[in-house]
Amino acid sequence: MSSRSTIAVALLALAVMGCGEKAQTAGAGKKADAKAWESSQAAYLASGWKGGDQAAWEAQMRSRAQGQNEYSRTVGAAPAVAPPKAP
Amino acid sequence: MARMKFICDAERCIECNGCVTACKAEHDVPWGVNRRRVVTLNDGVPGEKSISVACMHCSDAPCMAVCPVDCFYRTDEGVVLHDKDVCIGCGYCSYACPFGAPQFPTNGVFGLRGKMDKCTFCAGGPEANGSAAENEKYGRNRLAEGKLPACAEMCSTKALLGGDGDVVADIFRTRVLQRGKGSEVWGWGTAYGKPTQGTKS
Repeated sequence: MSSRSTIAVALLALAVMGCGEKAQTAGAGKKADAKAWESSQAAYLASGWKGGDQAAWEAQMRSRAQGQNEYSRTVGAAPAVAPPKAP
Repeated sequence: MARMKFICDAERCIECNGCVTACKAEHDVPWGVNRRRVVTLNDGVPGEKSISVACMHCSDAPCMAVCPVDCFYRTDEGVVLHDKDVCIGCGYCSYACPFGAPQFPTNGVFGLRGKMDKCTFCAGGPEANGSAAENEKYGRNRLAEGKLPACAEMCSTKALLGGDGDVVADIFRTRVLQRGKGSEVWGWGTAYGKPTQGTKS
């Protein structure tokens, strides 16, 4: 095999390597996930709420869900709605 | 805290696909992958019903049961998530899921099937909350921002409810009790009148 063809094969191999996938580690297993109530990027937090407290996060979830309840948003039309249950 | 759940009110869904669009935009979901979609029964027939479907975050999730590499896990809030670094894209979860939730992006020039992608209940995945890595692999983590899933919060008729199962069940129960049943329901009878209305005397 001539040196020219050897170089061509080497260049071709390099080009193909460039198309490969990202490095993967086999057998690494599942990673542990952070809790949802742990703080996220402060810039995107819901207004009036700070991360890092589980009880506050759960209260935030319950109060936020009431935003989907039109009976609690329309004045005068609200029927007797049971308050959110305690955790 | 109860488990996080979705409820879709078929009497209210108007098939606007706002939930689908909100999900696509929020998570920058690639072309060909639909984490959420709207299914319509008896399309075009008076009284048709639509329902918004995504991963239902099953309490006994069949996808978790069949995954050969055990890439699924369930959070404390009952959200079923998976680790894309472990997923091998085999598609078993797709066959097991009764809702068709697992999606597989086409990857590469030969149409290879990529790693599974599905609704995360806007809870991200096993990366640091709000990190760039999490956003790239799983989309935005709204739960960690103190928010609820974008699809439910964006729903114009509030047909799709999402959040703490006890709370959304209370909201739905109150609604059903208020609106009654039959032609009293917000739907055909309300929009076009009851059968007794508009008759010639």
